[in-house]
Order: sequence, then C-alpha cells, then structure tokens
Amino acid sequence: MKVLLSGNEAIARGAYEAGVNVATAYPGTPSTEILENMAAYKEIYSEWAPNEKVALEVATGAAIAGGRALAAMKHVGVNVAADPLFTASYTGVKGGLVIITADDPEMHSSQNEQDNRNYAKFAKIPMLEPSDSQEAKDFVKLAFAISETFDTPVFVRSTTRISHAKSIVELSDPVAHDVPDQLEKQPEKYVMLPRNARIRHPIVEERVRKLGEYADGLEYNRIEINNPACGIITSGVCYEYAKESFPDYSFLKLALVNPLPVAKIKTFAAQVKKLYVFEELDPFFEEQIKALGIDIVGKEVFPLCGEFNPTVAAEGIGGTQQTTTAPPLIDYLPPRPPNMCPGCPHRGVFYALKKMKVFVAGDIGCYTLGALPPLKTMDTCICMGASIGHAMGIDKALGDKAVGKAVAVIGDSTFMHSGITPLLDIAYNKGACTVVILDNRTTAMTGRQEHPGTGYTLGGEETKSVDLKALCSALGIDNIRTFYPYDLEKIETVLREEVARPEPSVIISEGPCVLHRRAGKVKQPPYSVSQDDCKSCKVCLQLGCPAIEWQKGEPKDTAYINELLCNGCSICAQVCTAGAIIRSDK
Amino acid sequence: MSKVTNILMVGVGGQGVILASEIVAEVMMRSGFDVKKSEVHGMAQRGGSVNSHVRFGEKVYSPIIKKGEVDILFSFELLETMRYLDYLCDSPVLLVNNQKVLPPSVTLGADEYPDTIPDLLRARYPGFELINALDTAQQAGNAKALNIAFIGALSRQFDVDQKAWKDAISSMLPPKLVELNIKAFSLGREH
Repeated sequence: MKVLLSGNEAIARGAYEAGVNVATAYPGTPSTEILENMAAYKEIYSEWAPNEKVALEVATGAAIAGGRALAAMKHVGVNVAADPLFTASYTGVKGGLVIITADDPEMHSSQNEQDNRNYAKFAKIPMLEPSDSQEAKDFVKLAFAISETFDTPVFVRSTTRISHAKSIVELSDPVAHDVPDQLEKQPEKYVMLPRNARIRHPIVEERVRKLGEYADGLEYNRIEINNPACGIITSGVCYEYAKESFPDYSFLKLALVNPLPVAKIKTFAAQVKKLYVFEELDPFFEEQIKALGIDIVGKEVFPLCGEFNPTVAAEGIGGTQQTTTAPPLIDYLPPRPPNMCPGCPHRGVFYALKKMKVFVAGDIGCYTLGALPPLKTMDTCICMGASIGHAMGIDKALGDKAVGKAVAVIGDSTFMHSGITPLLDIAYNKGACTVVILDNRTTAMTGRQEHPGTGYTLGGEETKSVDLKALCSALGIDNIRTFYPYDLEKIETVLREEVARPEPSVIISEGPCVLHRRAGKVKQPPYSVSQDDCKSCKVCLQLGCPAIEWQKGEPKDTAYINELLCNGCSICAQVCTAGAIIRSDK
Repeated sequence: MSKVTNILMVGVGGQGVILASEIVAEVMMRSGFDVKKSEVHGMAQRGGSVNSHVRFGEKVYSPIIKKGEVDILFSFELLETMRYLDYLCDSPVLLVNNQKVLPPSVTLGADEYPDTIPDLLRARYPGFELINALDTAQQAGNAKALNIAFIGALSRQFDVDQKAWKDAISSMLPPKLVELNIKAFSLGREH
C-alpha cells in the first residue's frame, strides 16, 4: 500500500516495521512528530523523556536488555545526550539502538544550525541520511540491522526538509522483535571502568574500519553515471535539489554518510571529469575526500551557512540557464513574525519585567517571543535551562551590586528538562537570584506535548505530576511565591519584592497555555475600546497583542480591539490609564 | 519527462493553509502522480507567515520549488501574495483570497497595509483571479471552512474528477465536519 508520509511519520513507521520495543524523545522541532506518531502504534512503548540525555539512556538500557530501541531528538538535543552517546559507542548494544538527529539548516526553529554529521565521526558511530520519506522508513529499518550486526548505536540524520516534507511511501508489514526474558550480565562490555574501556576502544576502531568496507558494498551508496562531464557527490535532501537542477549529470548519492565509502568515491572520481561535493552546512565530505587526494569543488562555490535549494545547486555549478525572477511590486512589505497568542499567560509577565527594566536571562520556549518588539524584554537565550545558570553567574560577577538587577525566566517544560540542576546550584552556593517559572502546564512551543509536570503521559494516561513548590523547596529554596498571570498589580508587586530580596527565590506563574486542551473552553467575553474615552496614548499597543489594532479616525486615532481575536484576558484593560477598555458585555 | 506542476500555497498561521496543502497532495497522489510537499512549522506559527510547496508530476525530486518556477500561487491573504512574486513562472495562475490579516507592525500603527494589491497584481498578471473564499465559506455555514471553499476554486485548474477531491476531503476531516466542508468545496468550485 502506498501512502503520503512526512519524513517524521515515515521514521515512526520504519521503527514500527522493524519491531521496535522502546521509543523515547524530548520534543524539539523538527523532530517532535516522530514520537507523536510512534505513540499511535500500541505495540511500542513510547514516552516523552524529561530531556534527551535521559531519552538516550533509557533507549540504551532497553538495547542492553536485548530490546530494539529508538531515541529521537533535534540537533541541539544531541548536545544534551552527548555524554551517554560517546560511551555507548564503546559499549555497543545487544538489541538495536537507533538515534534520530533532526537537524535544522536555516534555523527555522533553532538557536544554531550545527551539522550533526560531525557527531557521527566524533563518536565513531555510523550515520544514515535519507533523501525522502521512503528512504526515511527504509533507513530506520536498515539502521537497526546495522546496529545489531556491528554492535553499535546508529544515527539516522534528518533535516527540516526531510522531517517536514511529505512524499510517497510503500508500507510493509511489521516484523516483531522478541526481547529475551533473562538479563545477560556482561560487565566487561557495559561497565566502562578504565580497564574495560581500554579494551573496548580498539574494538570500536576495528568496527569503524569494517563499516568502511560495508559502506563500499552498500547498494544505497549509489553511483549513477549519466553525463561524465560532471559528477556530484551528495546526500540527503541535497541529492534531490541537485538532481532537480542537473538530472543529466552523474551522481554518487551517499546513504551511509559515516564512515565514507572510500573505494566507491575513488571509483566515481575516476569516472567523471569534474567533481563537485554538494553538502549543506559543514564541508564534512569535502575535507575527507580532499584528504584522499581527490580534486573536488565544494565550499568555494556553495555556502557554508543556511539551507540549500535547487537554485543553490544551479548557481554553484553553473552552466544552466538562470531563471529570471519577477521583481517585487511593492518594495517594502510589513513583516509578519510569529506572536504570542491573544490571552497568552506570558504577556503580562513580560510587560511587568519591561516596566522594571531588569536584565532578563531567558530560555527556550514560546516565551522567547518576549524578545521581539514591542515587549523586547529578554537579554539572553542560549540553550535549554541556561537562564538560571546565567542569573547565577550575573549574581556572582556583580556581587553585592547584583541585587535588583536580573531575573531568570524559564518555562515549566524547560525547567524539567535542564532547570533543576542550576537551581540547585543557586540554593547550594547562595546565589541571590530570582527565578520565574512560567508554568503554562505544557510544552507549548513544539505543539503542546506532555511533560513530568502535566500529570499525563505521551499516551494520554494519567500519571504523577511534579509538585514544583515542593521540588524547589527540597532543593533548598526558601522563598517560593506564586501569581496568577492575569493580575498585573500582583505580578509586579511579587516581582519587585523578590528581586529586591538578597536571597534565592522562585516565583511560579500559574496560568495554563490558552491553546491547551485542558485549559477549559470557557472563553471570557471580549473587550472593546470606548473611542470617546481612548486618549490615544498607545500604552495598550506595547503589549503586542494581535487583537489590538491602531485605527485611524476623526477627531483622533484610537486603539481598536478585534473581538474575533480577543480572548478576554483583561491585561490591556489593566494597563489602560483612561479606563477606555471595557468588557463588551458591560 | 513530463513537466512537474508547482503550487505554492501561502497565507497566515491559523487560516488552514497546511491542511489545504495536505488535501491537494493527497488528491494528486490518488490520481497517480508522484507528489512532494514541504513546509516549515515550529515556532508558534499562530499569526506568522506560512507557506507550503506542493509539487506533482511523473517524477518529483526537490520538495521545494525553485524561484521562477511556480505555476500556481494559491494565496490565502493579500499581503502574503506579495512576498512570493519572485517564485512565479512567466505566465502563472494566481488565485488570491480577498482577505486582509493585519501584521503586528500595522496593528501597532508603525506600517500601513498596502491597499493597491489587487490592482497591482491584475495589471501584471493576466492569470490573476480574486476570490471571496470567506463569503463562500460563510454561505456554506462556517467561516472556518474558508480553506476548503478556496480549494474548490483551485480544483477547477486540474483535470481531476470532482469525486477524487470529495473523497480526499471526506477521509481527511473529522466526520462531523465533512458535510459542511463538502458543501463549501462545491460552492467554491462553482463560483
């Protein structure tokens, strides 16, 4: 049967067909839908882990027990999981272990565009890279086979244009994988004491050598000889881009991108006149191919930054007629960035922080949109959980002069992911920091996934829910406050009191995401602006609410509320000094 | 090799652009074509610019369309149409939903929403057609069926049986919404 699947749906399907037993992930664009789709296969144990390190450890444990296991994450998630990754390479596995890394060239939804092919080489782990959804499914199955044959974790690398693109896939039947009843003790393989690790390292190097031979024989590493005047070595979605622009040229399409098929590369190079390597981001193939002494053109003509497309191939290689593109009809178009939703519980908190003019150490989530105008109230955002460490560093660097100057802001899911240990540091090392946990009861940014604080699992079952106050208290935080994020006066009072306190404190903003299915469907009546009372001061516009518009009029321009968008949250009515914003039902 | 047809579907988060592109891709697959479709989702898309590339033909390689090669621009919003003109081929079809969604800088009073968009498009592109999909959806019973009403207009561009469209819509929407949306599709196709 043929169906249209996204790369992420195909990865989940491949795991299902391979008889995977355990699948685990932390949500992160563009990888999130892999586990969401996996959860639909009831034969598979699927979970949201608190972070990617835990996910990989759970998957590794399942594989050591003889199960087939998959851990999925976005590219920067592999940084979090890197600690278990490098040593799981030494121990190897019993059941197959596959790690999906979903990279994000162009940073559509990420803070950097690191090229995770480097991790495969660095950790000495084989990596497969599919070009479309069919290959995404097939390569996941192949990855399990390679993992068990070569006793190694295996990477499958996707990118945004694989994960979030759909193409036609032929489905197959699943083949069940039975997990042995008994656990096999092999401490010399799985206890990486130095003396054991020293024995494992040469085994890893021998494995890399054997995988190189395997790569040369692998049919998916495919030579397509057409016009020998020009040969292109490429992989992943870049193959499709290059093929689109140069269907008649010769190709070496790499499927196993680490280790490289050295003999096949040499054969291909000998068959074509001019050789290009067409790869997004780092010169990963290029440097290795040049080290073989092969003359190849790469980053001299193709960019190092951003995602590729067929035009990048056409312009870099040349020789084709460039399409002329129509000029704009209007030179300046107002931009349309994403925005916090009407009624978002974060809006009032950022408005208060802006008023206080404090330095806001920020974090990763919907609330990162607080960095955009008009709120423009975030001063750092580097990685998951970093806000709390940043606040601690700022406090210690400024010493006594730090009081009242900085606040850390972090979401509930991000706090579970990586915020607990830095908060422990603040309590332990006596940082006089204020940490605001924006608890909206979900992982909102990636599409509202469950986490250990929501009380539900990935499969929708009820479960334990972390008590944030008790947790912070147990870490050693004595000052724990809460507020309802639709009461501006309370927000500001609590923030000012805690920021002035020369001790650690945590403030929990208790307001569920307005899009949350458990937030309750009761929409408050919308607000409207009394055109007579509006003083045209534009203070309400500083909230950046999509429902509030500026309207030209006589005798004056005024604010206007689009009642179809207004969620009735009342924050704008609270900031209006003229009392001009009133509930429509009054 | 027969030519690949390139449709670029654009609009604003929340308008139903992605679902519309899912339906078009599904119909073309069921009609025997190779199909690829690509979009970007992730950052809280509500209110942000959205685009989806749909390509079909005998064999499709790239999931994204090259600039200068879009055959049909299917735009849910006037201003969004203007962002993608460099993608259009020499004689494109432009189906544009006659609707304005104000971006933040306009609601804040910093920018003005250009008011000459339909005239500018009509003057340059003979294949331009302005469509009131929102009216059609309301006529069918619910403004939220805008995307399906608009697909009705798009469906006239292809030699594909109406039944294939209705089957795809029926299989891809929740059962309770099917009747309304089939009505919206039919009205959109007639208008």
